[in-house]
Amino acid sequence: MKLDARTPSGPLAEKWDRHRADLRLVSPANKRKFHVIVVGSGLAGASAAASMAELGYQVSCFCFQDSPRRAHSIAAQGGINASKNYPNDGDSDWRLFYDTIKGGDFRSREANVYRLAQVSGNIIDQCVAQGVPFAREYGGMLANRSFGGAQVSRTFYARGQTGQQLLLGAYQALERMIARGSVTMYSRHEMLDLVLVDGRARGIVARDLVTGEMESFAAHAVVLATGGYGNVFYLSTNAKGCNVTAAYRAYKHGAGFANPCFTQIHPTCIPVSGEYQSKLTLMSESLRNDGRVWVPKAHGDNRIPRDIPDPDRDYYLERKYPSFGNLAPRDIASRAAKEACDDGRGVGPGGRGVYLDFASAINRVGEATIRERYGNLFEMYNRITGENPYDTPMRIYPAVHYTMGGLWVDYNLMSTIPGLHVIGEANFSDHGANRLGASALMQGLADGYFILPYTIGDYLATAKLEPVDSSHAAFAEASKRATEKLTRLLSINGTRSVDSFHKELGHLMWNECGMARNREGLRRAIARIPELRAEFWENVKVPGSAETLNQSLEKAGRVADFLEFAEMTCRDALEREESCGCHFRTEYETADGEAKRNDDQFAHVAVWEYQGVDQAPIRHEEPLEFEFVKLATRSYK
Amino acid sequence: MKLTLKIWRQAGPDDRGEFRTYTAGDVSEHMSFLEMLDVLNEELLSRNEEPVAFDHDCREGICGTCSLMINGIPHGPRRATTTCQLHMRSFRDGDTITIEPWRARAFPVLRDLVVDRSAFDRIIAAGGYVSAPTGSAQDANSILVPKTRADLAMDSAACIGCGACVAACPNGSAMLFTAAKVNHLALLPQGQPERASRVVSMVRQMDREDFGGCTLFEECEAACPKEISVENIASLNRDLMQATLSDRGPGRNTGGTG
Repeated sequence: MKLDARTPSGPLAEKWDRHRADLRLVSPANKRKFHVIVVGSGLAGASAAASMAELGYQVSCFCFQDSPRRAHSIAAQGGINASKNYPNDGDSDWRLFYDTIKGGDFRSREANVYRLAQVSGNIIDQCVAQGVPFAREYGGMLANRSFGGAQVSRTFYARGQTGQQLLLGAYQALERMIARGSVTMYSRHEMLDLVLVDGRARGIVARDLVTGEMESFAAHAVVLATGGYGNVFYLSTNAKGCNVTAAYRAYKHGAGFANPCFTQIHPTCIPVSGEYQSKLTLMSESLRNDGRVWVPKAHGDNRIPRDIPDPDRDYYLERKYPSFGNLAPRDIASRAAKEACDDGRGVGPGGRGVYLDFASAINRVGEATIRERYGNLFEMYNRITGENPYDTPMRIYPAVHYTMGGLWVDYNLMSTIPGLHVIGEANFSDHGANRLGASALMQGLADGYFILPYTIGDYLATAKLEPVDSSHAAFAEASKRATEKLTRLLSINGTRSVDSFHKELGHLMWNECGMARNREGLRRAIARIPELRAEFWENVKVPGSAETLNQSLEKAGRVADFLEFAEMTCRDALEREESCGCHFRTEYETADGEAKRNDDQFAHVAVWEYQGVDQAPIRHEEPLEFEFVKLATRSYK
Repeated sequence: MKLTLKIWRQAGPDDRGEFRTYTAGDVSEHMSFLEMLDVLNEELLSRNEEPVAFDHDCREGICGTCSLMINGIPHGPRRATTTCQLHMRSFRDGDTITIEPWRARAFPVLRDLVVDRSAFDRIIAAGGYVSAPTGSAQDANSILVPKTRADLAMDSAACIGCGACVAACPNGSAMLFTAAKVNHLALLPQGQPERASRVVSMVRQMDREDFGGCTLFEECEAACPKEISVENIASLNRDLMQATLSDRGPGRNTGGTG
């Protein structure tokens, strides 16, 4: 597998401009001759599809939801970063770049991250022009707040519904192009396979989830914007439908999969309440601007929180990380919560929770201000737990949230399969081993609005593409394979439900490959997953037929892929013998319990190449070169 | 808790459909309504019956995918709450709960509790946007929006497009949904150039989609999980009136295909 990152040379701040000047263009008259498939319609997919259509390309866009407006980007609460320096607190492209590189524990590419910081300002301009109702100051200027991992206020937000508003902006741009006839939208369609012709991505096979019909779609290039794989853990903050299928199909066709073990655990989620639980709900990180995190100092202190006086409380983030305090980055805050609970000082049922307390903030600024800032989040918490967070502190615990790993891409966002581009959470590129808050929305929109529309032109202008349509034999083969898989799933007729396999897999992954991992646990998981997979293919029960809307069948296909993907994830975690960001190997920690990186051996991207279902994949390395920043120990003290 | 569930089952768009009765034996008050259905589905599966199809995704009250008429009320009895955020503590042991799909001509049933809401996308495609091509925007702070105005726009923009308003309306009208979008953009400076053509084409598309007319029952506001106000409808009507009186040329937007 050849991993050429195609990082441009020259000074960091000039790389993107120079590269853009070098990119080949497709003439306006020729753009309409090119057809691009975009799979996924979240921030990355919708913005890319709309922007490419505006440029003149013919675009087909697919999503499994009933409408592109429902993509899971819609659930992001807190905000989007940009280095506008509107509050005049010293922000710059360099600072946003540096915070992001450092936050990712120096496991991402300098050039990519700098580009992200550079275009961040344009994203805000674009969204405001679209009518995204960002929060404003009384004079009419945009308001900002701060987020974990940063000491400046660079986060733009729309109440606690920033993802929703940004997605609606992109969705509206997409609908505008749909009305113009430049984008054909296929909702309730799921991509089941990628189609390669002469080694290039030339289309997809998708299933119409209402009629069950398998359909073939040919194009000149394919873009995957299919989000992350966090649902491999079963319980996560992802929407129930989020899955790894499209990315995993691409991997099986030879696309390298990078750093799958980098799964972010978000520190502020509502704790699990019972076995029936289907998913976890995140409480925006912005709450940590005013909420103070604590547990009782003493073991077994079961008093109600308000009866525990200050001297008996351990504000452990403020104690351990005085310069960042409650705004310590996500991996640090998550691990600290786990530590407190492992130490037996957790609160709530099962002791798997810590307090997020607004009492001091309410005393300081008044309940009305807190209501104004976080009202909808408080309501949501109340609906789920039945507790009133204005009176009693919230209980929070870390949960699987975002996946920094994904399909490997070069600087042009192209995977190792020519013509297959990957954007947003589905690629691996910008967050390293940990993602700072308010960066996911930034990356999705940067890729979709401002990067891919330029870089894909270079591919289309330079690749020699033979005419291919969906009657090509490669489509029939892919379609046959996909249909056979569905038929097989329906014919097993065993005794266990799809969900029961998914739950067991998720439990195993959380225990052995979750917030803390070690060699023995990972080896156990690598031994157990193939057994579980074998049992799935012998004993799963999928009712109904393939010719109708069949939600059990949809789930079964996705879980089948998770059952293979999970094994690669554990292998990745096992081979990375260091701790960095959210990847915490208990064998590699400093004396005071912090992650201990090993830059000599692991300052690289690990890229996996598929070899067969029951065969170990091959691990490749893309060395990360740090020309402009010094690799430093990550400290938030 | 032990509950009796009367659930609408319909194999496909052309099937007649019927209510079937099920018993949910072991329901915890901490379960969400959808988790209660998950547990029922696992049980149906173990008895070789087909699980109940229902739409859901984020389960955080924001994607707008979940629906369900619960005892005749869209999203159930709790005010300002989506079905996925409705917890079983809102019910009592021994209750009988009736569960149906959204009821509206413009939302045909696809299977069981799943309906087709793509008409909403076509209303947006007809003009529910600001034409702002990528890359042409000026600096964000050069467009000033007073805070009070931005807050009002956000109130309207909070619509999740779930369709509860349509399901609650005796006429099956999509007025609240359309009005929320029209008003969100009408409140902002960015929305002004296309303000007149937008309202005309969105309302025209709404009519084409077989939604009923609005006769101000205000059931929509009562059912809305995001508490979108019917004041939006008043604003829409004002804009529509003004647009039809003053906008002599044909609307640039002629309706979309979603």
